[in-house]
Amino acid sequence: MSSIAKPPVFHPSARTNALGLRLRDYEGGMSTLCAGCGHDSVTAALIQAAWELSISPEIAAKMSGIGCSAKTTAYFMKQSHGFNSVHGRMPSVTTGAAAANRQLVCIGISGDGDSLSIGLGQMCHAVRRNVNMLYVLENNGVYGLTKGQFSASADIGSTSRKGVPNQMAPIDPVLLALSLGATFVARSFSGDKQQLVPILKAGITHRGLALVDVISPCVTFNNHEGSTKSYAHTRTHEVEAVATDFVPLKHAIDIAPSNGAVIDVSMHDGSLLRLRPATAGYDPTDRAAAYAHVRACQARGEIATGLLFVDEGSSQEMCDELKLPAEPLHDLPFERLCPGSRALDELMERYR
Amino acid sequence: MSGVNDFAFRIGTVNGTGSSSANGLLMQAIFRMGIPVTGKNIFPSNIQGLPTWYEIRVSGDGYAARPSALDLVVALNPATYAQDMAAVCPGGYLLYDSSWPMDPDLVREDITILEVPFGQMCVETFDGDRDRTLMRNIVYAGTLAALLGFDMDVVAGMLDEKFSRKKRLLDANQTAIQLGYDYAQRHFSCPLPFHLRQLDRTGGHILMDGNSAAALGAVYAGATVGAWYPITPATSLMEMFTAFCHEFRTDPVTGENRFAILQAEDELSAAGIVIGAGWAGARSFTNTSGPGISLMQEFIGLAYYTEIPSVFFDIQRCGPSTGMPTRTQQCDLLMLAYASHGDTKHPVLYPANPAECFEMSVAAFDLAERFQTPVFVASDLDMAMNDWMIPRLTWDDDFRPDRGKVLDREALDALPRFSRYLDVDGDGIAARTLPGVGGKGAYFVRGSGHDKHAGYTEDADAYREVVDRLKRKIDGAAAVVPAPVFDLQDEAGIGLVTIGSCDAAVREAIDLLRAQGLRLDMMRIRGFPFSDEVAEFLETHEMLLVIEQNRDAQLRSLLTIELGIPRDRMTSVLDYGGLPLTAQFVVDAVARVATEVPA
Ligand SMILES: Cc1ncc(C[n+]2csc(CCOP(=O)(O)OP(=O)(O)O)c2C)c(N)n1
Ligand code: SF4
Ligand SMILES: [Mg+2]
Repeated sequence: MSSIAKPPVFHPSARTNALGLRLRDYEGGMSTLCAGCGHDSVTAALIQAAWELSISPEIAAKMSGIGCSAKTTAYFMKQSHGFNSVHGRMPSVTTGAAAANRQLVCIGISGDGDSLSIGLGQMCHAVRRNVNMLYVLENNGVYGLTKGQFSASADIGSTSRKGVPNQMAPIDPVLLALSLGATFVARSFSGDKQQLVPILKAGITHRGLALVDVISPCVTFNNHEGSTKSYAHTRTHEVEAVATDFVPLKHAIDIAPSNGAVIDVSMHDGSLLRLRPATAGYDPTDRAAAYAHVRACQARGEIATGLLFVDEGSSQEMCDELKLPAEPLHDLPFERLCPGSRALDELMERYR
Repeated sequence: MSGVNDFAFRIGTVNGTGSSSANGLLMQAIFRMGIPVTGKNIFPSNIQGLPTWYEIRVSGDGYAARPSALDLVVALNPATYAQDMAAVCPGGYLLYDSSWPMDPDLVREDITILEVPFGQMCVETFDGDRDRTLMRNIVYAGTLAALLGFDMDVVAGMLDEKFSRKKRLLDANQTAIQLGYDYAQRHFSCPLPFHLRQLDRTGGHILMDGNSAAALGAVYAGATVGAWYPITPATSLMEMFTAFCHEFRTDPVTGENRFAILQAEDELSAAGIVIGAGWAGARSFTNTSGPGISLMQEFIGLAYYTEIPSVFFDIQRCGPSTGMPTRTQQCDLLMLAYASHGDTKHPVLYPANPAECFEMSVAAFDLAERFQTPVFVASDLDMAMNDWMIPRLTWDDDFRPDRGKVLDREALDALPRFSRYLDVDGDGIAARTLPGVGGKGAYFVRGSGHDKHAGYTEDADAYREVVDRLKRKIDGAAAVVPAPVFDLQDEAGIGLVTIGSCDAAVREAIDLLRAQGLRLDMMRIRGFPFSDEVAEFLETHEMLLVIEQNRDAQLRSLLTIELGIPRDRMTSVLDYGGLPLTAQFVVDAVARVATEVPA
């Protein structure tokens, strides 16, 4: 347990972001996860990403279900509203919140049990609706909080701590999301902050649902030899398909146009993603190619990481489809919602 | 007993053959003749091919319960000839389609049998199977119009209205009506002894179903988020909400919608969406039936414990599991009162008719935000899907929604610290904030143990402090949920207690029983938790009958649990076969018990 309170250290030189906030301002409560838990590294990456993006803490909504992973929401952005809901149901609660107030920056955190077993349906339908949210799936191959049972993402042959092999085929959230029409699909590793932070920034900026599957090892129940979700295994089998540079709005205009080896994706807010495929010819805007690549890696026992697929141009997020106004629904004046007595009177004529 | 403007008839057809528009036409024509009328659709859980019935009761006195006896049965489905023949009251009439022969063994001597070859007439008059099937409905409507003395100007006017822009259909419908009407005039002595006569008792009234009324209530209350999963008999509530929203809340120029309607992947998700939206400040609701409420249980507990406003319409239907999904019951009373695991209790509103569906829909949204908790509206299939005659709905333009205690930025700035679950006013209701407010307003919603500052806790006292306040808060709702309605006589010894759509039958039964000289009081409960008035009525009546539509006497159990009234002080009158209650059922039950009352 890493529950020793951090002393409040202020570096006079601590940099501030566009909102005048320091990195520390994006931190949350003290983590109660096991020391070395991958989830805490994801938390750190989220803090970094939100700070760098200058997300206003008051408009962020941190959403989660139940699990060690779900606790993450308590450990970053303490000035933001958070919602720790019920197991597997973060997507629906976020859907409701996003519909009610489309100004919210929704950051959903889930686990592999939360999203791929009890909440599989909810995850799929949130993807289909293209809810405007970052959807981080902290994937450790086990149920951490209930002490180490296999989850649905465990690979065939991967063994439990007691040596029992898993025999069932895994559900890969990346393949699933690609086949469901997700408009932003990435995989990363909690141990690779350099890769993860730009992906999270791109995901938050994306208009629509950004699914980020993060291999996030459980040091207590799934970090042994024989596990395919351990630090060691992930480090040695991770193959980055695409490297991501996030170029914020104010710099995007000055950047030189791509020279063919990189692919530039303009985001809705005017920022830019500069994607650098590892192998020439990989096109992260081609859904079929992304799918084939992930399958091919899987067949070789490799883990494909990076921003694997993005469709920014045609992405319509749920609130666009619902044709919702820009302001939160609770801000609409009552007179604009209630048709009034005259309309009711006229309506009554139809029921005679 | 039956006579002018006082009779009932039933039409038996096959579902999916288009009879509902003919039945609606008959209902509406009677209504427009100024005569109070109710229609009950008794339909199968099926799309096409199974028997279906429509019962119409004409009551100049305005009784709206399902009729206790049928004076005329129209049998158009050979598969139910036996059943239809048996349903006619002695001395009544059976009208059947003689295109399909009647088994002579079925024929009863104590009723009059009328034969009309509807099928053949349609084959001779119309082209194509579809038109022949559809028009047969209009032909029988024409025959009934003659037999029952409909005002044909009213009928013609309705056809004109309905098909004003569809000339071909108008012609066909006019031909069909006339065909049936003329046949009856030529072959039978019209009208029958019981028939219609113009009256003036429907002015200021409408015919509306409860789901439309509840949907309208949601629109008028300012609900902006609706999430649902289709289920009979709840579906039409969201369909109507959608239609009304498109009419009243879509910007004609930009196409922008001032509402969000989400068809979820299941009821769990529907509940999650409602709770997420309620947390984010929108008035949000879902409409479902018993099976959906079962699936929503975990979320309901979350909303209760984290104090998130949310409105749940439960359109009750018959039975556990799938049960009889197209039949009515009041079988979720216990489930709604204490929905979810752990210690929970919820405000529940019990409308009795579509007019109350409208009012209580509006009230539910106010209560949910005022008490920051899930609020249930317990409707049922009978009032939700059937057209009832109700006073025209009205609206007070001075109405402003009660959004409850919500702190804005300014209010937060004035506070030294914001504690989400702190009872500042002593009424058990703590102020909340909405995401986006900023300042000191941020807090963490968690279904896990929390203290009054919304911080995580596993401490016994801190936990108890919060849940004890929740209990006080919900108990406080007893005084503001809709009050019971009473019908009192001086010093009546017998008290009838009822709920929801039993109302119509119970009130009719009371009239009948009082006419026999019995002294009776009645109380219809309209809200949970129960108010002091409810307790007082129970305590002051020596003999109590609790009339409800479920097997296990759920309302009686609630009264015992909540108010400590001994079970044996209350005799249960239970009707749970899935059909709306009749006055006769109540009269018989009361008569059985009342004989035991000391004079
Ligand atoms: C309805 C319900 N069933 C079971 C549980 C118990 N439970 C809590 S967390 C969890 C699994 C969490 O696994 P995962 O989502 O992978 O998160 P991790 O702890 O591994 O980060 C389970 C089964 C619960 N909270 N609710
Ligand atoms: S049990 Fe595993 S997942 Fe949970 S906190 Fe510990 S290391 Fe992390
Ligand atoms: Mg896990």
